[in-house]
Amino acid sequence: MSKFQLEILQKLSDLNEINSTLQCFPAVDPQDVLSALNSLKAHAKLNYTKKDILYYDLSSEGQDILANGSHEMKLLQLVKELGKLQIKDVGAKLGPNGKVGQARAFKNGWIIKNKDNELEVSEKVTETPEDETKLLLAKILEGQDSSIDAKTLADLKKRKLIVPRKQTDFSVTKGDDFSLELTKLETEITSEMIVNGSYKDCKFKPYNFNSEGVDVQSGALHPLSKVREEFRQIFFSMGFSEMPANQYVETGFWNFDALYVPQQHPARDLQDTFYIKDPLTSDLPEDKTYMNNIKAVHENGKFDSIGYRYNWKEAECQKLVLRTHSTAISAAMLHQLAKDPKPTRLFSIDRVFRNEAVDATHLAEFHQVEGVLADYNITLGDLINFMEEFFAKMGVTGLRFKPTYNPYTEPSMEIFSWHEGLHKWVEIGNSGMFRPEMLESMGLPRGLRVLGWGLSLERPTMIKYKVQNIRELLGHKVSLDFIETNPAARLDEDLYD
Amino acid sequence: MPTVSVNKKQLFELLGKEYTNEEFDELCFQFGIELDEDTTEEALKNNEEPELKIDIGANRYDLLCIEGIAQSLNEYLGRSQTPNYKLLEPTTKLTIEASTEQIRPYAAAAILRNITFTEKSYASFIALQDKLHSNLCRNRTLVAMGTHDYDTIQGPFRYQALPPKDIKFVPLNQTKEFDAAELIEFYKQPEQKNNLGRFVHIIEDSPVFPVIKDANDVVCSLPPLINSEHSKISLDTRNVFIEITATDVTKAEIVLDQLLAMFSRYCDEEFTMEPVEIVSDHNGQSRTTPNLKQRQMEVSVDYINSALGLEQSPEEIAQCLKKMSLHAKPSASDSKTLEVSIPITRPDILHPCDIMEDAAVGYGFDNLPRGGKLSNANFIASALPINKISDIFRVASSQATWLEVLPLTLCSHDENFKFLRLEDDGKQVVKLANPKTLEYQVVRTSLLPGILKTVKENRKHSLPIKVFETGDVVFKNEKLERKAYNERHWGAIYAGKTSGFEIIQGLLGKVMQTFRTEWLPDYGSKSSSRGYWIEEDSSVATFFPGRGAKIMFRSQEGEEPKKIGHLGVLHPEVMNNFDIPYAASYVELNAEVFL
Repeated sequence: MSKFQLEILQKLSDLNEINSTLQCFPAVDPQDVLSALNSLKAHAKLNYTKKDILYYDLSSEGQDILANGSHEMKLLQLVKELGKLQIKDVGAKLGPNGKVGQARAFKNGWIIKNKDNELEVSEKVTETPEDETKLLLAKILEGQDSSIDAKTLADLKKRKLIVPRKQTDFSVTKGDDFSLELTKLETEITSEMIVNGSYKDCKFKPYNFNSEGVDVQSGALHPLSKVREEFRQIFFSMGFSEMPANQYVETGFWNFDALYVPQQHPARDLQDTFYIKDPLTSDLPEDKTYMNNIKAVHENGKFDSIGYRYNWKEAECQKLVLRTHSTAISAAMLHQLAKDPKPTRLFSIDRVFRNEAVDATHLAEFHQVEGVLADYNITLGDLINFMEEFFAKMGVTGLRFKPTYNPYTEPSMEIFSWHEGLHKWVEIGNSGMFRPEMLESMGLPRGLRVLGWGLSLERPTMIKYKVQNIRELLGHKVSLDFIETNPAARLDEDLYD
Repeated sequence: MPTVSVNKKQLFELLGKEYTNEEFDELCFQFGIELDEDTTEEALKNNEEPELKIDIGANRYDLLCIEGIAQSLNEYLGRSQTPNYKLLEPTTKLTIEASTEQIRPYAAAAILRNITFTEKSYASFIALQDKLHSNLCRNRTLVAMGTHDYDTIQGPFRYQALPPKDIKFVPLNQTKEFDAAELIEFYKQPEQKNNLGRFVHIIEDSPVFPVIKDANDVVCSLPPLINSEHSKISLDTRNVFIEITATDVTKAEIVLDQLLAMFSRYCDEEFTMEPVEIVSDHNGQSRTTPNLKQRQMEVSVDYINSALGLEQSPEEIAQCLKKMSLHAKPSASDSKTLEVSIPITRPDILHPCDIMEDAAVGYGFDNLPRGGKLSNANFIASALPINKISDIFRVASSQATWLEVLPLTLCSHDENFKFLRLEDDGKQVVKLANPKTLEYQVVRTSLLPGILKTVKENRKHSLPIKVFETGDVVFKNEKLERKAYNERHWGAIYAGKTSGFEIIQGLLGKVMQTFRTEWLPDYGSKSSSRGYWIEEDSSVATFFPGRGAKIMFRSQEGEEPKKIGHLGVLHPEVMNNFDIPYAASYVELNAEVFL
């Protein structure tokens, strides 16, 4: 305990309370007073309240007036001495403050101006009048400024004779544990205290609970992979197995032809699809019956389809591309299913590639979530029902279904949901029944209908976590702080405000 | 998906109702098109007539103009019938010469007689041609159309292919005569780049150009580029000669059909058109165009009912189809079969499933019975094995306080090689043919470029920076059908004031331990059990000399150990190449060895 702390406690013991530390300890800097009080308060020796005291100090000009009289008094005395004083000589005799003195002396009616532009003492002045300015300043210095009215104070302030100052004062009362001694407070419970039991005799420093803890060192998973995991769990819970979607390079055949996308379709444009120059050409699909079915379906029609009626070229289907959708994998899986047709549920969540101009909502690569469900004699109503069940698991209900066009599904439905935050219907996915001529080409039986649906992984993540720019989510421009602080992904958690 | 702009007031007049946006939006939604934008606000400011921008399906060429949208919606609403298109007697012919086989072998033609254009319908006629050219016609490569004032030319017509110098005419909107070779140069000028310059490539390199001439050898058009000024149509044209040239005969007829179906409504005798006799004996394509004979398709009532979960009578299905311009009646021979006639406006109908969909739209998707709940019980779900391996890597790395990142798979050639101090031997990396930017030239063969780019973007982050990725790289393999395969890799970096090699080494140990793989001392020589060790390896120039090592893995007792990856201190030049002012250590390995 410092000497000053002891002095405070002693004073408190003598007086029972200290009304003003400023008065009790005028020589101690208020900062030092505060730290001594805080330290004592932490030990419950005392309580204090802080108050700011406003007071006025004299400027150097004010101090001069107090010592030598006001400018107007100086002028009056000079004029008295000389009898007369040329106005133009005021400055020369009294310096720059002479004019101030002249103005105030006039105002007080102490002097007059004769016709020769000379100052004379007014007839009203018989004896030396009181120097009011000086008296006011004396009062202020004594701390009696409360007896002076605000207007006068403001005037003195304006005349730069007084300067406002602030001083911190404390009033102090005894604390719960008041005594003249001080025991040391412990900050931590240590293992030693627990072992030797000394904690029972220790006093502990109170905690400040209004605070955050220290940052812990932690790793984190990327938000997209957390959302991806949510989707995977939804699929698993509904009996879907994961497809081997780890194949980015695809042939034109599997990416387009197998899905009944004609060879002149705009999706096959250089504008939309990344073609590969090395390696340049793929092999033809191994299953030649299948390939010939696809050729027939495109060229002249087969399996009740009239086809697109154009010359289907092998060379076009041998072009290599970066897959534009994971449906290329679904097609290969459905082709495999034809060997042993049965009800099947498959899904994948993996990257797809589009040769698009990059902006806030488009990247050249993104993740596609895709589900495929094959079963005998299922209906469009089943698809709608199933979509409602699927999306309900991610907390999205009240779906609407809009007819749309898709080369490989018919009927095709865009799935919309009402977004409370955006206050509009937003498209959240695409779905449909795969075309019979596509499935029958593979050798799948007619009664086995296949539903497919897809959505991007990024879009629901962006909506859910209010990410405006896809580049700040996927790719190298992501902020590591964002990854570190991103909460757990819970698709069923309602985040709308 | 094409977007069509239509005059709002005109469309609502045609639909006989002033729709609110909500009502119209709902109508579009049910029918399967989408109201994209209403320009009313903007138009009021600019004192223009408000337009609606409508997204239509890419296979509905009949909806590319206001006439078609209004016709289809009116039929859907039951306000109108499918028009009964009628042919007049042909009066002229178009002879296709064998020379066209070299460049653009197919043609079709027809005449709209006694048509009366208004400013709006004329503009729509021009706009529909543009829309067809850019959509179905694939920017005129497959099909191109020309329209002419028939009263300025005289049949019969000839379609031939001639050397460019031999084709001379005043092209549309020009005043002087060009030969076709000059014209090509003219359209290749920079100011034509975004206009007709776009189509020059279609014929430019051919020794002969296609040309259509009338009976007096007057050039009508140089397809697929430009018509002649001589036969130009205007608002006052009463008889329109339409010629179509193509490399795809199916699409040529679809285009002709749509133009006629949409604009024959403005002829004195509504929905009539005059066919043209096409003489094309050399390739067996002689015929009269258009062919208005409606296509018939048989579709089973049971199929529609079973696909839609309904039990509708043939008549009820026919009612639904009628709303979609399809006219069905029960087959005379089999009451469970519907005979559906498909108008020329619906070339998108290819298979009974297309009819089934229209039956569903006609019935209303909202009204379909929701079906019984499909049981999830009979399916046993399983994860893809490599994804399970990935998850183990991801969880172990993040538990070890590394942050997961997901950089892009595509990168520049330099990022994949030169910046890593590596040479491209041409045997591994997949190269893209048509990227829009240099950022996407190759598919990565290592996770390092993306990880370094992520560190660069996060230079301001507190040090050390510790990030990892579990993702796919791609390698070429000539033996595979797809000539390339993905390989799952795991990579992690430590970047900071010092290189932290022992920290990356420690992370590797932690991850290996997660995969039940112990470190074997003395480079695996004292034991033959499962395990891993690292050995100095100077073969990868990405690492600083003497600070790079290969990771050796023995998968089980007695197995030959194999190299599964590398770790080391990254070469300072690598750090400079990626603008990272820190030292770093990096580990990457093939995750598939743990399968």
